[in-house]
Amino acid sequence: MTSITKTITNAFEKDEGREHIHIDAKPYSNPYLVGIGLGLVLLAAFVIMGRGLGASGAISTAVAVTVNIIAPEHAAGNDFYSEYIGDGSTNPLMDWLIFQTLGVLAGGFLSGTISHRVKKGVEKGPHISTKMRFVYAFIGGGLLGYGAKLARGCMSGQALSGGAVLNLGSWVFMMMVFVGGYAAAYFMRRQWT
Amino acid sequence: MNAPFFKFDYFNSDVSLIVAFVIGIAFGIALEKGGFGRATILASQFYFTNMRVLKVMFTAIVTAMIGLYFLSVIGFVDLSLVYLTQTNLLPMAVGGLIAGLGFIIGGYCPGTSMVAVATGKLDAMVFVAGMIFGILVFGEMFPGIENFFNSGYMGNVTLPSYFNLSYGLVVFLVVLMAVGAFTAAEWGEKKMAAKSGKEIL
Repeated sequence: MTSITKTITNAFEKDEGREHIHIDAKPYSNPYLVGIGLGLVLLAAFVIMGRGLGASGAISTAVAVTVNIIAPEHAAGNDFYSEYIGDGSTNPLMDWLIFQTLGVLAGGFLSGTISHRVKKGVEKGPHISTKMRFVYAFIGGGLLGYGAKLARGCMSGQALSGGAVLNLGSWVFMMMVFVGGYAAAYFMRRQWT
Repeated sequence: MNAPFFKFDYFNSDVSLIVAFVIGIAFGIALEKGGFGRATILASQFYFTNMRVLKVMFTAIVTAMIGLYFLSVIGFVDLSLVYLTQTNLLPMAVGGLIAGLGFIIGGYCPGTSMVAVATGKLDAMVFVAGMIFGILVFGEMFPGIENFFNSGYMGNVTLPSYFNLSYGLVVFLVVLMAVGAFTAAEWGEKKMAAKSGKEIL
């Protein structure tokens, strides 16, 4: 009996004795340098493709395709879904924004891995529970999905890409995003500060 | 050689998907390096404690804007072939306001939430689920709001064409505005840091 206990204790001690290598996450890069980098990526998209970057469009396509699978007649009778599904001559998933967004996922993971910043966690301030953070994340995501569709694009497609080509509607969108954000920031302070 | 390359049929749409993936990777790297995969950093923009969002965003806009303008002046890029989203003024303003509320409540925007998901942020996964729900609600409501969605139609209109100014002058004014915003942001951050004693991420 004593020997078994000893063996188990030893096993635990061995594990505890193992060296845990802790690598610190690297700090984020200079915002102006990142901005220049991001600007050059956007410029490359304009020069190569004649279009800017996007994000919400890929999710819209995925939603429309899913609705089309579950209720094809319902989707066909709706101008919003049918715009993303197309006329059937091409596969709606073989889409520029879908592939670009898959690239964003890959690029984010790649960059995070190299800088030791990929870590399971929840982003929130110290004064709010994880459960409430999830509730706000869902509500905020819902509003952003809805708002981006109403505005024909999100921060990537409108503010960033449309901003760089001096699109009037994009600049109005961008200003209103800041207005909305600053207007509600006070009421959301418990979540972030 | 003329640009945009795709518009001059230098490659087909199958190749364009590879281009999309590669450009997406670069986009994702830039967002991650900027700290945009973290809701706490994005949200701090709205408390004036960390103005990264404004700095990265405006630097990117200015860089791409100047680059595109220069390439069009030397005749390399045909600006008329670069995609412009049509302007529907009121729906875009209302959409922007709703998106702004969603940004501060949810902590992400669509692009940044992808990077946050890729780097393991659970709240970003919930945010994406919310976004899917929001788009579905929009889709289901669409027949009822289609008129509003298409209201205020102004066609393809840019700041230079709307205000009847030359393209170069508007480029210059945007650069001036950006420099002003950067100066204000640096000053504000120092003020806030002195007040809270916290280090800026």
